[in-house]
Amino acid sequence: MKIILKNIDLLNPYQKLNNKKIDLEIIDGIITEISKNIKADEDVKIFDLDGVVAVPGLFDMHVHLREPGREDKETVVSGCRSAARGGFTGIGCMPNTTPTIDSAEVMSSIKQKASDQLTNVYIIAAATKNRKGELLSSMFELVENGSVAFSDDGVAIKSAAILKRVMEYSKMFDVPIIEHCEDESLSGGVVNEGIISTQLGLKPAPSIAEYLIIMRDILMAEYTNCKVHIAHISTKKGVQMVRDAKKIGIKITAEVAPHHFILDETKLLTYDTNFKMNPPLREKEDVEEIIRGLQDGTIDCIASDHAPHTIEEKNLPFDQAPNGIIGLETEVGLTLNELYHKQILSLEQIIEKLSINPRLILNIPVPQIKKGELANLTLLDINKSWTVNISEFFSKSVNSPYGGTKLKGNAIGVINNKKMFINNKFFNI
Amino acid sequence: MSSAFSCLTNSPTPQLFLYLIQMSLHIKHLIGLQNVPKEDIEIILKSAKKFKEHFQTSKEKLTDLSGKTIANFFFEDSTRTRTSFELAEKRLSADVLNFSSSSSSLSKGESFKDTVKNIEAMNIDMIVVRHSSAGIPYYLTKYSQSIIINAGDGAHEHPTQGLLDIYTIKEKLGRIKGLNVCIVGDIAHSRVALSNLWGLKTLGANVSFCGPSTMIPRNIEKFGAKIYNNIDKAIEENDVLNVLRIQLERDAGNNFPSIREYTNYFGITEQRIKDNNENILILHPGPINRGVELSPEVADGNNQVILDQVTNGLAVRMAILSLLSKT
Repeated sequence: MKIILKNIDLLNPYQKLNNKKIDLEIIDGIITEISKNIKADEDVKIFDLDGVVAVPGLFDMHVHLREPGREDKETVVSGCRSAARGGFTGIGCMPNTTPTIDSAEVMSSIKQKASDQLTNVYIIAAATKNRKGELLSSMFELVENGSVAFSDDGVAIKSAAILKRVMEYSKMFDVPIIEHCEDESLSGGVVNEGIISTQLGLKPAPSIAEYLIIMRDILMAEYTNCKVHIAHISTKKGVQMVRDAKKIGIKITAEVAPHHFILDETKLLTYDTNFKMNPPLREKEDVEEIIRGLQDGTIDCIASDHAPHTIEEKNLPFDQAPNGIIGLETEVGLTLNELYHKQILSLEQIIEKLSINPRLILNIPVPQIKKGELANLTLLDINKSWTVNISEFFSKSVNSPYGGTKLKGNAIGVINNKKMFINNKFFNI
Repeated sequence: MSSAFSCLTNSPTPQLFLYLIQMSLHIKHLIGLQNVPKEDIEIILKSAKKFKEHFQTSKEKLTDLSGKTIANFFFEDSTRTRTSFELAEKRLSADVLNFSSSSSSLSKGESFKDTVKNIEAMNIDMIVVRHSSAGIPYYLTKYSQSIIINAGDGAHEHPTQGLLDIYTIKEKLGRIKGLNVCIVGDIAHSRVALSNLWGLKTLGANVSFCGPSTMIPRNIEKFGAKIYNNIDKAIEENDVLNVLRIQLERDAGNNFPSIREYTNYFGITEQRIKDNNENILILHPGPINRGVELSPEVADGNNQVILDQVTNGLAVRMAILSLLSKT
């Protein structure tokens, strides 16, 4: 099949590409021509995309697909569809499923389910068996089966001793260790420790629980010369430590979730469990430092920490409800609205953080927009005004605090794996 | 007319009756004292005084809540608060439904929303709720049509306790404004401490906290409260101590090294009162660990007003029930 994207802008800072109002021809999923006024013959599908910018397909490296184990919350397929609708052609899925993703068998079942999806699923397998922090997972086997990183996400790798071995062993594969930074002995709180936790009478989660582990991991990464990636950074001090570590050449990268660069702990005052996440929403000064970290490159990526939960579970009393919100279908809109339109980041910087950097961190080739390449594109309408309507989500879950939020900018379509999603429909191309 | 004292229309105190029916609260529910305006607190205190006066001279039931159904939902153990509410409701002629369960249906997997729907289906006018999870009373106001009164939620607030403490202080010392009130003990896990803080501050008192640093929440000084780690100094510099119960099982060896050390350094004794401030007024929400936070002599001594608090609790709860039922 042949399609032509007409009058589209092309932007890929990775290949220093920046074209305005050009035509892009794709035949059977492969980019076959990029030029002005490509002639259309009869059996071609034409999309007039004046004002739309095509960028290398976006990538979210922190997604919880919940399969296997909690298919009532999300499945591989529903998660992929949600990702495509949100503008992502690639996602990294976290291993905290039941059973844990720590074997070739579980990996192959997920890969099988994702195999005919538009969005590619890359697996981040457990660093330790069953994420218990006791025994190394079978990393040779897991890497051979496609694991792009290791993480015990949901918790930090339990002890310095096992972390040392995880880093030493994983170094053989040059894959990063992705750390959920939370000191176990300080965990169990449900809102950031401070005046809000006191006012609400909820168990406090101290910010030092995060940056104690960031500090530990920086030092261990230096000691072992291993790559470490800080997941969902939320604290001012954490950002400062990552910045300093980068300056002295430690192989460290970091990601942030939209809720941590937009929202602060004052949102908790209504006990709304859709603002309950781990790490929790922090203070205003933390949000401000995260913004600085995004601007100066301390924070490499934006990742949703897409965490589907059932309504039933989210309706439990605040201290009992599970942590996390879904994010795939609001991430691009929130990022464009809050970072681009508020002139915090340029569009190039946003593409780096939402597409290029996550792939570079995970050693995944960055899609190129050029003749002969597989078309792996996200179509962004930077100025589109829209309102978040949770009932339209493709995710199986609805635990999002953003329902009714008016945003400017969104992904309007994606192309990958010889499939296209646009106008709310998937089709083969 | 479903106003307070409507059974007393022919009583010899018509002024009292007129006085009460003119008062109404801004608040629709009583979830916490943090956002209750000063006028509301003053109305509650004034009404409580009238109720107390009535029951000091009469056993006659009032009809303020006649025809109203009140559910007391206690999802956590409570004796004092539950019985106080129940008696207040009955003295105001309400129909009362009691539900006590430390292992609520929630632990059987029912969501709290389902529980709320079940309560709702019973067409209840007011709900008095105690729950171990902070935020449950607030949550109820969003999903229920009933008037909600918080009888204590987690470590959040216990507003009727705060009000009865304030009432008792005012009764004994004649004012709140300008008084120095120190709350002593485990501030971090206390719902009483916060309700006292908000209510007392609203009325112009200077509130401070005293206890081991492990039991003082981080950044609480941002609420404008002074912190003491020295009980002698706290006794010396304050007009009132509101002494909280120490959770012995949970805290000994954890938040402080031992009961012995707590008692030696934070326990209030006759000697300490004598040495530092013989006029100090001592409140305690009960139940007391005798010989821990208060020595037995202090617990029964002249500075304490613990049983007055219990009596006043009844009057304050009647005032709240009556006033809220009119909104």
